[in-house]
Amino acid sequence: MNLKYLRRKIANGMALVLSLLAMGFGLFWLGWILYTLFSRALPAIHSTVFTQMTPPPGAQGGLLNAIVGSLMLTTIATLIGTPIGILAGTYLSEIGESNGLSKVVRFINSILLSAPSVVIGFFVYALFVARVGHFSGWAGAFALSVILIPVVVNSTETMLKLVPTSLREAAAALGAPQWKVIIFVAYRAARSGILTGILLAVARISGETAPLLFTALNNQFWSSDLSKPMANLPVVIFQFAMSPYEDWQSLAWAGAFLITMSVLMFNILARLFLRGGNARN
Amino acid sequence: MQETNSDLKPKILVKDLNFYYGAFHALKNVNLSVVDRHVTAFIGPSGCGKSTLLRTFNRMHELYPRQKATGEILINGENALDPKEDVNRLRARVGMVFQKPTPFPMSIHDNIAFGVKLYENLSKSEMNDRIEWALHKAALWKEVKDKLKQNGNSLSGGQQQRLCIARAIAVRPEVLLLDEPTSALDPISTAQVEELIHELKKDYTIAIVTHNMQQAGRVSDFTAFMYIGELIEYNKTDKIFTNPDQSLTEQYITGHFG
Repeated sequence: MNLKYLRRKIANGMALVLSLLAMGFGLFWLGWILYTLFSRALPAIHSTVFTQMTPPPGAQGGLLNAIVGSLMLTTIATLIGTPIGILAGTYLSEIGESNGLSKVVRFINSILLSAPSVVIGFFVYALFVARVGHFSGWAGAFALSVILIPVVVNSTETMLKLVPTSLREAAAALGAPQWKVIIFVAYRAARSGILTGILLAVARISGETAPLLFTALNNQFWSSDLSKPMANLPVVIFQFAMSPYEDWQSLAWAGAFLITMSVLMFNILARLFLRGGNARN
Repeated sequence: MQETNSDLKPKILVKDLNFYYGAFHALKNVNLSVVDRHVTAFIGPSGCGKSTLLRTFNRMHELYPRQKATGEILINGENALDPKEDVNRLRARVGMVFQKPTPFPMSIHDNIAFGVKLYENLSKSEMNDRIEWALHKAALWKEVKDKLKQNGNSLSGGQQQRLCIARAIAVRPEVLLLDEPTSALDPISTAQVEELIHELKKDYTIAIVTHNMQQAGRVSDFTAFMYIGELIEYNKTDKIFTNPDQSLTEQYITGHFG
């Protein structure tokens, strides 16, 4: 056999083995994490998890206040962050495109995208919590929205950029003003992609702990008042997992399980949206 | 072709048109008239400026800040390049169909209604009538009449292009600009679109850019030959293809370059 061909075959085999090993390495840890999570969390999941408040050590209890708190914080953060993110992403892709402002915004956005969430939590603490004098749900939602915005900006811009220029030209050629071209043609063409970006951003913020430690903190009791400290799953997990009490620890596992499942659900939904969108187009 | 001179009213008059992509001078002192209710073809090698010229007629170039046109383009005697002229109104009067079919990601019905809704307030039944009329005109009605709710992207390439033509016609423009409308289509779809152009010129002034010289010969009444940003020769199609005045034109149509 030709020596050159043999060398190529060996190189090909080695590359294949190495990439398989790399994939196996990643999957191994993921599998381990999921296995531990399931084996610890499943025994801890009772109906009381969904019906009772976080208990003091030694007492029976659940995660209801934390679940509701997390849902509220995530929902409000999404409601604040999504319009801002979509509008900014639209500006970057459709209006500013290559002007100076866009370049600056794009640069700042990419910094914000990779900013450690603890920094964002601290920022909101200094800006909001320290001035008001107490932790609050609003501060938590605000911190989460600051994390969500750059993700949505980025995905919206990317998805709008994928809409062919010819489609915009075709709409403009009919006499449509730019805002109609954007809303009725560009958004519609990029709809599934933009939605996917939002879902992934929601998945991203639903597990954030650090920014909430500085802002919403925690609340052992039922509270749906956003101007007061608010219970939420990540901080409860953090607190309970660090505690020496076994019943708290098992509730922490249950909370971790719930977050993992909701992130998984968001990711699956995102994939379904994207696939549905592609099938339509 | 039997015609009296009174039939040959100019619809579009191009006067001293110059065009720049940034510093690049893409059209050089172009002067020409596009005759009302006739088909004018623009031919020439790639990059000669024929699409650029077509895109100034409805000011498509204004979507891009670095592109600039100077001179005059008189449509019905009014300068289309005048900044005071509302560009969206202009585009509603001067429709355009592009090289690649560009159905919007919405139903066939909505694709056509989109343009109509921009400038007219029609009742539901009036709108349905208009859509049917446009689809008839574009020779697509029979194929899609039972699936108007389907997405425009579900049609074949040739059908999509005829949908785009229907969409352009539906706003009832005076002029129709066709920018290589069949270059992405198979021969049968191409023949259908050419047939359509023949029908449409009764009501519309049509300007078509094409790379296909046989097509220019088949569909057009007048032909403009362009080369590196200049209009080399403009005349009746028969004349251009049988006995051109310029040797450059003759070389091009006989396939010596381009």
